[in-house]
Amino acid sequence: MSSAMLELIFKATLDTLYMVALSGTVSALIGIPLGVLLYVTRPGQVLAQPFAQRVLGIITNIGRSIPFIILMVAIIPFTRLIVGSSIGTNAAVVPLIIAAIPFVARLVEGALNEIPPGLIEAAQAMGATPMQIITKVLLPEAKGGIINGLTITVVTLVSYSAMAGAVGGGGLGDLGIRYGYNRFEPMIMLITVAILVVMVQGFQSLGDRLVRKADHK
Amino acid sequence: MIKLEGVSKTYGSGPEAVHALKHIDLDVPKGAIHGVIGLSGAGKSTLIRCVNLLERPTSGRVIVDGQDLTRQDSEALRQSRHQLGMIFQHFNLLSSRTVFDNVALPLELMGVSKSEIRERVEPLLDLTGLTDKVSQYPAQLSGGQKQRVAIARALASRPKVLLCDEATSALDPQTTASILELLQDINRKLGLTILLITHEMEVVKSICHRVGLISDGELVEEADVGDFFTAPSTRLGREFLNAFLELEPPQALIERLEEAPDEHTHPVVRLAFSGANVATPLISRLARESGVDVSILQAKVESIQGRTLGLMIAELIGTPETTSQALAQLEAHDINVEVLGHVQRNA
Repeated sequence: MSSAMLELIFKATLDTLYMVALSGTVSALIGIPLGVLLYVTRPGQVLAQPFAQRVLGIITNIGRSIPFIILMVAIIPFTRLIVGSSIGTNAAVVPLIIAAIPFVARLVEGALNEIPPGLIEAAQAMGATPMQIITKVLLPEAKGGIINGLTITVVTLVSYSAMAGAVGGGGLGDLGIRYGYNRFEPMIMLITVAILVVMVQGFQSLGDRLVRKADHK
Repeated sequence: MIKLEGVSKTYGSGPEAVHALKHIDLDVPKGAIHGVIGLSGAGKSTLIRCVNLLERPTSGRVIVDGQDLTRQDSEALRQSRHQLGMIFQHFNLLSSRTVFDNVALPLELMGVSKSEIRERVEPLLDLTGLTDKVSQYPAQLSGGQKQRVAIARALASRPKVLLCDEATSALDPQTTASILELLQDINRKLGLTILLITHEMEVVKSICHRVGLISDGELVEEADVGDFFTAPSTRLGREFLNAFLELEPPQALIERLEEAPDEHTHPVVRLAFSGANVATPLISRLARESGVDVSILQAKVESIQGRTLGLMIAELIGTPETTSQALAQLEAHDINVEVLGHVQRNA
């Protein structure tokens, strides 16, 4: 294999890591609060807002039901507004974030669901404010579940980022399709897939280790 | 210290409304341990949750230490809740926090400084016997230890009242006894007023001063514990007591019991006597003075908070005149007599 080819693979690996890291971080920063909001605004919860909760839930579901490849193309004007261009790695990050936010939100909501209601009641009996319940009870108690959800998100983002080639985003998936599939170079295909497998394994075992550290159940 | 005035709680409305509490009046004086006992679904849990307004009563007033909680806004209510510690059947400890941090939680919520938290938490861990568990997580503790952590946590804000929601129901008998001892200890040392709900007579017997009996959302009976165990005034109270004391007439006798007496039957009575009567040779005197024969079917002596309580099921054998005279004599001696029925004397 030529050194140019190796460089190409190296560059693609960095592109994938960049897209996954950036979209993972931003979607976590927005998705976690959104998930908390979905949970605490439920009827009977500490900040019950049944109407707003339903609206938020419907928006989240819409976000989750659009196939990623369609979403990526459909929001091109928005992407251009944000990053100034509709092609390239940064342009691919925008739809990745948009797709991952509702995904993270639902996983966080699910993690919060696992908290026994008695804990919230106990905190209320101690005179906790809703904000204190969120920061001192809900988030710490759901920490393991949230980390688990973020791990699933990151792994999903790795595979979604493979579609980034459609907007010239680069990355391993794009390389695999262009060289491995279109030019029929099985070696390239094999290498890109192998790197993706190692990457996913790495993220998963890192996530598992963090969950174990966070959970005292 | 705790006063409920006409507290009602209704869930839903219209024909499907569920009346969980119906016009409850309750007055728990400072320093008392007050128990509320009832079957599951009677409204016990709703009652205790109404005291700190985890459940807002549909009507009525909740007054704690002179403050009407039902009129307070949410901020004032949060402040008031620092005066009301609460412990739960399933402990409700945060799994993400160590024993120390669980106990420190209410103080963190109040904005107490780190150094003061340390000063206040340590004596509580000492009081509850947890000094060697400070940095363990709840998952590493036994049920009894978890409840001790919960008690220490409930005391951290230096409350005036401790609410116990079935605090020992998930514990085995020995652990229950040690937790009850701790509660009694706290009551004595800190002068804390305790309101507890339970379905276990054992809990009432061991530590309560007064007891209320709740049934179908109503407080049907209220008495000092000694009186309640001697002579409950309601049928449900007697059922609780009999089940607890396991003092039932033999099955063969129950089958022969008739409600109305006639000239060939003898009354079967349950006698409950306390205080000086326990030491009196009551039965032999009764036999001698009224001329009836007494056949003792079951008897036992219980000690309830320093009061000795004697219980007996006996058949009084004599003529209708002598047996009714005997009954009158028993009552004159301040003995609680309950006629269970009448049996034909087997030849």
